Amino acid sequence: MQDKNAHGIVVKGLLKSFENLKVLEGIDFVVPKGEMLALLGPNGAGKTTTVRILSTLIKANGGEAYIEGVDVFKDPKKVRSLIGLTGQYAAIDEQLTGRENLVMIGELYHLGRKESEKRAQILLEQFDLLEAANRKSKTYSGGMKRRLDLALSLVATPPVLFLDEPTTGLDPRARQAMWNVIERLMKDGVTILLTTQYLEEADKLANRVAVLDHGRIIAQGTPDELKSKVGSDTLELFLKHEKDMTRTMSLVGPGAKENREEKLISVPVDKGLRDVKRILELIEKANIEIETMSIEKPTLDDVFLRLTGHHTH
Amino acid sequence: MNDTLLSIDKSEHTRKHSRLYWALSDSSVMIRRSFRHIFRNLDQLLSLFLQPIMFMLLFRYVFGGAIDTGGTSYVNFLVAGILIQMAAFGATTTSLSVATDLSKGIIDRLKSLPIVSSAVMTGHVVADLVRNLISSVVMILVALLVGFRPVASFTDWLLIAGLLVLFTLGFSWLSAVVGLLAKSVEAVQWFGFVLVFPLTFASAAFVPTETMPTFLRYFAENQPVTHVIEAMRALMVGTDMGNHGLMTVIWSLGLVAVFMPLATYLFRRKVSK
Repeated sequence: MQDKNAHGIVVKGLLKSFENLKVLEGIDFVVPKGEMLALLGPNGAGKTTTVRILSTLIKANGGEAYIEGVDVFKDPKKVRSLIGLTGQYAAIDEQLTGRENLVMIGELYHLGRKESEKRAQILLEQFDLLEAANRKSKTYSGGMKRRLDLALSLVATPPVLFLDEPTTGLDPRARQAMWNVIERLMKDGVTILLTTQYLEEADKLANRVAVLDHGRIIAQGTPDELKSKVGSDTLELFLKHEKDMTRTMSLVGPGAKENREEKLISVPVDKGLRDVKRILELIEKANIEIETMSIEKPTLDDVFLRLTGHHTH
Repeated sequence: MNDTLLSIDKSEHTRKHSRLYWALSDSSVMIRRSFRHIFRNLDQLLSLFLQPIMFMLLFRYVFGGAIDTGGTSYVNFLVAGILIQMAAFGATTTSLSVATDLSKGIIDRLKSLPIVSSAVMTGHVVADLVRNLISSVVMILVALLVGFRPVASFTDWLLIAGLLVLFTLGFSWLSAVVGLLAKSVEAVQWFGFVLVFPLTFASAAFVPTETMPTFLRYFAENQPVTHVIEAMRALMVGTDMGNHGLMTVIWSLGLVAVFMPLATYLFRRKVSK
């Protein structure tokens, strides 16, 4: 039933230990062609190990893995021509310029000098690196290094792409720029395995999410399915006067929680902005004064707490 | 925009060449990369020219008056020795470049490419070889200015260059393996101390071996560095060649035969961090 040729990535019962430490204890997942699966988990869950095995950098101790139907363990060389890899640390040559990096990788993919140069130009334009193209990449900002890194992964237009925590450590603007690029790639039909520590990132980008904890996948599904297990966003209202607390609680309805000390009321908002608007209108009509308010997203820690009963660390 | 990111024509180019062609092509791409590293690094560039000048002048004038080298003048005696010492230390930069590569993310990318496994190491080894040859030429020119009077013919010079290339290749591949095995870039520095210092000083590089204690003398006269120095000295200033030329070729080819495949094997198994 599960035809390995029909999928971008197939992983069955993957095992890996380093000395006595079991890092992966039997991982299974499938990424259909053109889709993105996010591996969500804290540091040490086994995300990077999984990516390293699938990209032929290290060997597994057991299990099976196929990229576009090619056996990762039996034909690693073939697999290398099908994949692109963007790691947690920008895999760029900092002594070379952005353009030299791109041309070098193109030539190593055997595109030839001319095609490599053409390709470098296109990618520099697409990734907003043209201005810095002839500067040593050592001088690039963190976001630029990641973009160059991703561009390098795309030189040979691999059908399968591994993105190992591509936005960890980036500021919000650089992260948004990275997300835009990734979304464009998805439109182009690349099969992507993304690892991330951010639920928001998995939610925003991926078709499916697999939650990894201590080398096991503890939950798998669409972002919506996963979030419904964890609960929705919450609207946090800090009131000006404590005397309004009871009245507000009765207004916002069941499910809300209160914290008298901080004059805080947390209301789940399943329907997003519609709920927020409704609640704020009720409060305004009742003449209740609000000090500040915010909308909180469920964090990875919330997901973990719900799924495993323990925190991420 | 959608089609530009993913549309290239690679089918045509990739298939039409042989494996050997791609092995050479991969290596030459990596050699060009290593050259850029050398010529963009001010430290490396300075040492490329300053080191041979300093070495030659210091040894020539500090030791020159004190050491009795029998028939030949000290500067004539010195050139082969100091050239090889510089080549041996120069070869250790290969371990430095390799260890530096391994400490950076780029190594994961290079390893995930469908390239010949030896290409990355070959890049470092060949670039260091060329760097060494440039330094050697500088050193010989300085030597000529301070009294070096070689008797070598044109063919002799070609043989000298050949021996230098062979010896440097052997040492560089050994050095690449050290770089692959070292736990850190700092650890690599010890390689120079522990291996290259004793090999170059306990040799016929700077003094005739006759004055050394018996055990040391036995070691000094039979180790590869002495063989290559004596062979080059014979070609340069006409001392006795003996079997030194042959031994140099055997040692150098032996080093390459052992350490080149070992480096390629280790490279595949090594992951950064």
